[in-house]
Amino acid sequence: MSTSWTARVRKATLESYKPEDLLPDTQPAYVASWIYIFGVLTIAAFVMLFATGLILTLEGPAWWHGSGVGHYFNSMHLWSVELFFVFMVVHLWGKFWMAAWRGKRTATWVSGVIAFMASIITAFTGYLIQTNFDSQWISTEAKDGFNSIGVGAFFNALNTGQAILLHVALLPLLLGGIVVWHIILIRRKGVVPPILNDINIDGGN
Amino acid sequence: MEVINMAMKVDPSVKWAGPTRPYDLIKELVIAVVVVCLLAAGLSFLFSSPDEPAVSLKSWSNTNPVDFVNTATSELAGTSTSTGYGPPYNNAVKGMHFGILKMQDWSGVRIPINPAKSFVLDPLANYNDASAQAAVKVWEAASPADQNKWATGYADALGKAKDATQIADPSNMYGPVPTIVTSLLNMAKGGALDGALTTSDSVLPTNFTKPLLFLADSEGYFAAKAEEQHLGGEQWGVMNETGSWPGQSWLWLFSFWYQVEPFKSSENADTIVMLLMGLMTLLLALVPVLPIIRKLPYKIPIHKLIWKDWYSKKL
Amino acid sequence: MHTAIINLNHPAHYFNFGSFSISAGNLTIIVSMIIIFGIALFLPFPKSHSDKK
Repeated sequence: MSTSWTARVRKATLESYKPEDLLPDTQPAYVASWIYIFGVLTIAAFVMLFATGLILTLEGPAWWHGSGVGHYFNSMHLWSVELFFVFMVVHLWGKFWMAAWRGKRTATWVSGVIAFMASIITAFTGYLIQTNFDSQWISTEAKDGFNSIGVGAFFNALNTGQAILLHVALLPLLLGGIVVWHIILIRRKGVVPPILNDINIDGGN
Repeated sequence: MEVINMAMKVDPSVKWAGPTRPYDLIKELVIAVVVVCLLAAGLSFLFSSPDEPAVSLKSWSNTNPVDFVNTATSELAGTSTSTGYGPPYNNAVKGMHFGILKMQDWSGVRIPINPAKSFVLDPLANYNDASAQAAVKVWEAASPADQNKWATGYADALGKAKDATQIADPSNMYGPVPTIVTSLLNMAKGGALDGALTTSDSVLPTNFTKPLLFLADSEGYFAAKAEEQHLGGEQWGVMNETGSWPGQSWLWLFSFWYQVEPFKSSENADTIVMLLMGLMTLLLALVPVLPIIRKLPYKIPIHKLIWKDWYSKKL
Repeated sequence: MHTAIINLNHPAHYFNFGSFSISAGNLTIIVSMIIIFGIALFLPFPKSHSDKK
């Protein structure tokens, strides 16, 4: 085994995946149901959140209160959140009823749950930085939940500056990283075969 | 017509070697982004988004001065929510706990706030009102027993009067408290208190802890405004949005626990609910290994709808 | 200022079932998810003529 760090990273990453597995142009013939579109729709909503979020960063947090254009992009950002969670939950329901964790895909399922929770936390920091009454109320209520488990001493919901930096910098990076990990796991293992074709399942077991 | 797709038994951990179909991943992603963009644009055009204007100490003191003076007096009397909160603001009480898990206490006082000093006395000490500054000096020179007597007496008098913003004090029963509270009201009405509280720690503020904690001590104004919008804790408020817009329906389970016993009336409700939601999340992550739950997809065969084309396909 | 076609800037209508209370907006979102899930299960999926056998 080479002691070169570069060689080791290359072997663990580039040499572990075939390009045609990462960006395939075929898929198993059983991937033929509308339920399969909800993962990519969730990603698409995430892309929209990123794009509309970037536009909102251009003019700062208070822009949208006084600008019609700003308010419209705030609306697009908010409706993208609603679409994001709708698609993610339908995706979750589909994956559950497919028992998509089969065939050593437990990590894929777990990374999905982590992505779900990270999304909720990221969305929460977004609600905190609206700089209107809703954000004032949410911050004063949420602080009680965080304080009750000791987290409030480190994450102060009433500190708008902290919330902005978390929402715009740290959390999108973290969430993006979790989503990339989730997708790599799917590309690595492939889409789970149907339950009736699973050699480990015998009549409902 | 032989249906043999269902007969193919494979190890799901091994790469699929059976029939495939063409798939354009990038095209699918681009179409998805275009579709979601159009949906978001359309929904925004139809419904826009809520923007209930922020409140301030100025709006509070002008809209509900009675509630403002009652709250300010409670800060001096030490009976406000902030004063008796516990960590991370002070050590007035023990924090919430669940059995031996006392995380609120363990976190310590890392955001020290003395409400009477921070919200009332310090702003007035720098306010350009000689009588207010003198009253603050009288308060600070007094014994804790006198301070408590004056403040609780004034709080009781205000409570009895119901709609008063000031109580006359010819026999000086309440010491400097009436002057302090009335001066604070005037300071707030003019807008100077907002600036004083937000710039007390930093000249260019991004941290609104002090004015928000002071507002949160208000029951007749801040909490009442929230309840009008159905945002209160006992109204499933965690899920709701101002106006008629949809809110955060994904928080339904978190909100649920607060509506039912034993959580509803527990003094440790927040700790218990947070820990419970942590447990729910862990259980969701562990679905692949949970007995009964992990077999539900086999017992209730919704998969036969998902893969109906594949299962019935002829070769 | 952008004015919405449908004005939602008024108190929401709430549906109450015992201690359960939900806004019309949230209920619409949840019902939509269930309908979308149902449609995804039942809507026929187009067959590709170039499916490899």
